[in-house]
Amino acid sequence: MTSANAATGPLPVPAGTAPTPPAGPSRLHAILRALGWGALSIGLFAGLWEALWAAGLLNPLLLPPPHLFLDDIAGTLKYFDRGNRVGSRGTGGVLPLLATIGWTTMRVTVGLALGFVGGVLVGALLHYVRLFRNLVLPTVLLLAPISPVAWLPVAIFVFGIGDVPAIFLVFITLFFAIALTTSAQIAAVPENYLNVARIMGARGRQTFLRVVLPAILPGLFMTLRLNLFAAWMVVLIAEAVGVGSGLGQVVSLARSTFNARLTFFTMAIIGVLGFTFDWALRQVQNRMLWWIAPGGQGR
Amino acid sequence: MSRLPAVSLRGVGKTWASPGRSPVRALAGIDLDIAAGEFVVFLGPSGCGKSTLLYMIAGLQAASAGTLEADGIPITAPSAERGLIFQEAALFPWLTLVDNVAFGLSIAAVQPLKRREIAAEMLRRVGLGDMLDKKPDELSGGMRQRAACARALAMRPRVLMMDEPFAALDIQTRAKMQDFLLQIWRDSGASIILVTHSIDEAVALADRVVVFTARPGRVKTIVPVDLPRPRNPRDPRFHALRDHFQDLLADEVDRAFLEQEAG
Repeated sequence: MTSANAATGPLPVPAGTAPTPPAGPSRLHAILRALGWGALSIGLFAGLWEALWAAGLLNPLLLPPPHLFLDDIAGTLKYFDRGNRVGSRGTGGVLPLLATIGWTTMRVTVGLALGFVGGVLVGALLHYVRLFRNLVLPTVLLLAPISPVAWLPVAIFVFGIGDVPAIFLVFITLFFAIALTTSAQIAAVPENYLNVARIMGARGRQTFLRVVLPAILPGLFMTLRLNLFAAWMVVLIAEAVGVGSGLGQVVSLARSTFNARLTFFTMAIIGVLGFTFDWALRQVQNRMLWWIAPGGQGR
Repeated sequence: MSRLPAVSLRGVGKTWASPGRSPVRALAGIDLDIAAGEFVVFLGPSGCGKSTLLYMIAGLQAASAGTLEADGIPITAPSAERGLIFQEAALFPWLTLVDNVAFGLSIAAVQPLKRREIAAEMLRRVGLGDMLDKKPDELSGGMRQRAACARALAMRPRVLMMDEPFAALDIQTRAKMQDFLLQIWRDSGASIILVTHSIDEAVALADRVVVFTARPGRVKTIVPVDLPRPRNPRDPRFHALRDHFQDLLADEVDRAFLEQEAG
């Protein structure tokens, strides 16, 4: 064999650099184990709550334990409305619940998508166009730390009551973070990646789409996930005040009517939704960023 | 020989100027011809500007003085005809090995099937033929450097430049990589310019060794190494050459060290 081939043999992949994904059965095993621990954790939490109630330490009117707030689901569902209407009393049933969840989810998704795309565009301009950076960066740095909630009145002044102010608030939650992350991440792209692209003849747009963008995508996704929960908080506030429909409106209704059962039922829904959103985003991340996905295989 | 040199440098200099500070002369008065298919090593103390010279030949940096030509044509921009390999492989982690090697071909709009074929062949040639769909992260440092070679070779370069490509590798892997490099050189017929501060590496590989002075870097001397290949580090002539280079470098290293100490 040639010396090149001889060099191939004794160079194993260093341990730890390439975690092999678990095979079928053991992977199933891992999933079942995670589910088991999850069920146990939630079970313990609910059990403790129930035990405190049973011991008479909790007032069921203020803090009704799960078996009470899940007791009359049909009655609870009456508060959810199918249409996206302001302040209407619902008709009851599962469909209105799903519609309410759908409206809220739509606002979060559209707001995040706009914030992400807009943030990347502005972040790229901040990095590449000096005049733009000089003119815009100070303002961005001034506006970025303002809590999205403080934008709520502005959103209502400008957009009125409806979907747009909620979407706008979610947009604001993500936009500044993504813009600043994009700008910082582009600056941190290894110089030699760009040198390789230049030597191989890539022009500006090719270099951005095929080298810079994939290089910064992991950082952008991290920022997106970190701001996901903030986006969920903000959309509920916006719905309670400026939209008049959606899960936030239901929570607001529950508060003003002193309905603990509805409050905890809605909180449970919100918790499951937030978890599902984060999980879904992780799945997208694992597919799109296959090269850094834990245990992801090389296509 | 009547053929044009692969690379021709005349009076090349580089001065780093930054506002508010006195300009630093990194290189001055470099005259050098590198023949087609020649293996040249740049040897010099740290900071002598030998890597800067490499980047200027690659077209990534502009010279402050003098002319640089490749095959008689002035160098104004980077070109895949003059491949450059860095100390770290700089493979794109988001591409599989075969896609990394095919990157330049895809920029050149080669058909997907064709470029996969070429890239697979190049990877086979560097001994990574069974790693096509691996991620760069799954490879050892030596393997990554060989993949970087394959990526440069896929563009059929006339000149292959390497900026201390083995400095980050362990000693055993380095020795293997030197064998591998000589084979690549013979197969491709390209000129190779290798920057190193390892005297052993220079003596083991080069047709000619260009020794640089400390800053500002000038060509101190050019030493032909006419030992037959493969070269045996225990050969007395190998030893003699190594001692010769050690003497040549000693002064320059001392000077560079004093300069660094002085800040």
